[in-house]
Amino acid sequence: MRRHVPAPPRATWLVAGALASTLALAACGGSTGGPATSDASSTLPSASLDAKADLSKQSLVVDNWKDYMPADLPANFEKAVGPKVTVSYHATNEEIMAKLTAGTDSGIDVAFVSGPFAQALAAQGLLEPIHPDLVPNLSNLYPEASKLTYDIGNVYSVPYSWGTTGLCYRSDLVKTAPTSWNDLLSPAADVKGKTTMLATDRWLMLPAQKLLGYSANTVDPAELDKVKSTLTATKPTLLAYDDTTFYDRLVSGEAVMVEAWDGWCNYGIAKNPKIKFVVPKEGSDLWADTMVILKTSKNKEAAHAFINYVLDAKVQSWVVENILYKVPNKPAMDAVAAKLAESYPNLGITPTELLKGEGLVDLGAGAPLYSKIVTEVTAS
Amino acid sequence: MRSLRWLRVPFVITYAFLYLPIVVLVVLSFNASSSPFSWGGFSTRWYSVLAGDADVLRGLGNTLVVAVGATALSVVLGTLLAVGLQRHSRSGLLDAFALAPAIMPDIVLGIGLLAFFSLVSVTLGLHSVLLAHVVFGIAFVAAVVKARMSQVDSSLEEASRDLGAGAVSTFLRITVPSIMPAIIAGGLLVFTLSLDEFVIAFFTDGPTTPTLPIVIYSMVRFGVTPEINALASLLMLVSFTAVLAAQRITRLTDSV
Amino acid sequence: MTAGPIAPGRGAARRRALVERTALLGPGLLYLLAFMAIPIALILVYTIFTRGRFGGVVFTPTLDNFTRALDPIYTAVLGSSLAIAGITTTIALLLGYPTAYAIAMLPKRWRTVALILVVLPFWTNFLIRTYAWIVLLNSEGVVNQALVGAGLIDRPLELLYTRGAVVAGLVYAYLPLMILPVYASIERLDPQLREAAANLGAGRARTFFDVTLPLTLPGVITGALFVFVPSLGNFIVPELLGGGKTVMVGNVIRDQFLKARDWPFGAVLALAVIVFLVVLFVLQSWASRRVSTGGRDA
Repeated sequence: MRRHVPAPPRATWLVAGALASTLALAACGGSTGGPATSDASSTLPSASLDAKADLSKQSLVVDNWKDYMPADLPANFEKAVGPKVTVSYHATNEEIMAKLTAGTDSGIDVAFVSGPFAQALAAQGLLEPIHPDLVPNLSNLYPEASKLTYDIGNVYSVPYSWGTTGLCYRSDLVKTAPTSWNDLLSPAADVKGKTTMLATDRWLMLPAQKLLGYSANTVDPAELDKVKSTLTATKPTLLAYDDTTFYDRLVSGEAVMVEAWDGWCNYGIAKNPKIKFVVPKEGSDLWADTMVILKTSKNKEAAHAFINYVLDAKVQSWVVENILYKVPNKPAMDAVAAKLAESYPNLGITPTELLKGEGLVDLGAGAPLYSKIVTEVTAS
Repeated sequence: MRSLRWLRVPFVITYAFLYLPIVVLVVLSFNASSSPFSWGGFSTRWYSVLAGDADVLRGLGNTLVVAVGATALSVVLGTLLAVGLQRHSRSGLLDAFALAPAIMPDIVLGIGLLAFFSLVSVTLGLHSVLLAHVVFGIAFVAAVVKARMSQVDSSLEEASRDLGAGAVSTFLRITVPSIMPAIIAGGLLVFTLSLDEFVIAFFTDGPTTPTLPIVIYSMVRFGVTPEINALASLLMLVSFTAVLAAQRITRLTDSV
Repeated sequence: MTAGPIAPGRGAARRRALVERTALLGPGLLYLLAFMAIPIALILVYTIFTRGRFGGVVFTPTLDNFTRALDPIYTAVLGSSLAIAGITTTIALLLGYPTAYAIAMLPKRWRTVALILVVLPFWTNFLIRTYAWIVLLNSEGVVNQALVGAGLIDRPLELLYTRGAVVAGLVYAYLPLMILPVYASIERLDPQLREAAANLGAGRARTFFDVTLPLTLPGVITGALFVFVPSLGNFIVPELLGGGKTVMVGNVIRDQFLKARDWPFGAVLALAVIVFLVVLFVLQSWASRRVSTGGRDA
């Protein structure tokens, strides 16, 4: 295991027998084991990697959302490149963050996380910078894909998929098609009680932020106060805050309009073509899910080779066809998106249009404020 | 027992309450639609999907290993602790300490254990989940057994000792049988809690050894399909059969 | 001469008691020290430090976390969580006690079967059980259709995504935690005791309140704690059955650790809950000691 700081001396353990000494332990542990932050560590030099390393001697643990990449990808990668891949799963960014920041080698080499989380990991010095020379397929990415604000130039992360957030609705069950965030926040009588909003902090706040003309990354207390009162007024009109089953609710008709990520809305459209997606006129966000390499990885060459393999146009086409998400990969989109966009119009959104959305970045010291406001809104 | 006939009412309500969702769950396992909220016609496809899903089956195996191991260890440690607390402790604080894991918010215990395992450089895997589940397991067994111990008449144990039986044999032959219903109840609790425990398992398991709840929760992003209902239905079927078979066997041995 | 043999005998007895005490208490307490006390202490140490800009912990001491916890929103959430957990416990007791009693009255060989049937539903996954409840309770769901069909109501009731749904979900999730300990203590009851009371002319209600209930109180208290405590900390039921519109203290703690990545503040909130529950536990243990000695005197 690699440690940046020497481990606490074993003697500490010998003395420690009682509860009291755990305090001392924790203090030592914090600097080595605990989730200590040191912004300075992000400037640590990157490892020098051997482009000619024997990859078949390396093996990888890749952590991803379940069903987010082709099931046969690990086997195909092993056949083509050499390293054996084990895939582990997380349900949310938040969970995997807790594990990656616990202060030790999590055993994970490559992780899939959303943009702002990659930014926070990089800021804590936990990520290996991407060595572009080991990832020739980076050239498949749209030029716009290196302008993502959480990591401009893709220094620590490589975008895997991207998209935006909007309103997903049943065109047959709403009287007028929504065009504005206000249609969600102050719903018409016929949709009242049949709308849902996303439950995760950033997206729970987004509709009100955009409607009021604020940045999706604002930490201004006065602005956030107005956001809070808008959201509090909306709460009684909602069916629920829901991050996971909102498209199923649309299909069953329990809900008629939901705040949704574009890709997830497509799952609803796949089951009922009367479901439509719209980006409200006030604008929205630009999110990206990324691949990152952990500094603790002992298989960094293989990790780069893996990312390179994933960026292959065929693999990324699979993502578009099966997950119905947009990918920032030009040849992949050129191959399949035009055909699919007939059924799933939001797959036709171009990179230029996407970049009009505001990129979400880590809130830094503002995060606890968001969390408090969300508590105040949902507990109201 | 005529006077207690009215007890049938809450008894029936309770079992109906417990099994109503199970009926829905089994019905949904035959739902052609992948959504739990709409009926798409009858189908057995989820049973074949399940048969081919290595991740879910591996998760099930991991979960059973953890649950059985954690139950066994918790029953032994928890029972000893309960008997010890009842006989040798006058301190409410010691009781509170022993039962504390049951009151710890599981996320705190989970993250605490993750930090602890990091500190002592324990690689995470099934063993670490098992060790973590024993923490709350001890508390549940100890609490149930201790509640029972406070009602146990100690004269039998004293008689046994007066007759010259050793402490160990008195414990095994007199004490343990007298608290057996509580040990079974406590063990059942731990097994049940461990089978479906998610939060602590998430923080203490290794990346390559997910338990079943972790595999299932990770499906949330793209929808938990009725495949899991199929798995649950099969598990219920197997458990029911096992329970009834065991009941038959005990009845046979009873009648001999 | 008589003092000689007795003195070493006493010493041996004391030594044996010490050995027994160590053998009984030692393993469990050591285990909990290593795998509970130290890990929890590790987390509680964070209460006096600062959140790093991007999460994590900076070792700059501060008391800010404690003052932040005094904000009315957190006390309000704690208050409503206590109310929800309290109602949940009461319902679980009213349903669980008679059920446990009925199980204990069954012929012996059916008792274990009945007990296993209580926990069997919980061997399936929590998420799909909860989805089953959503199927039952939603506006188009089985329950509403049955009520409308029976002509009892003309419009579907809002059953889901309410506080009531949260309570129902929590009762469902933790009912076995009430039934099992209560059963363990009822099973032990000597039926002769009740009969004796009845023969002495006590009415059914009096027999129950004067004899049965006090003797089974340790089980009731244990069961009540088992239901109350995890109800207080649960965060998945409020999210799924409460539609995220009911917030409990478990949600807030989870959000601090995971969403805000504010471990120091999460640790303070956890500490508050732990202190509250430890007090409750000490009271419980004191009460059950009184009950058990009271029972012995009677």
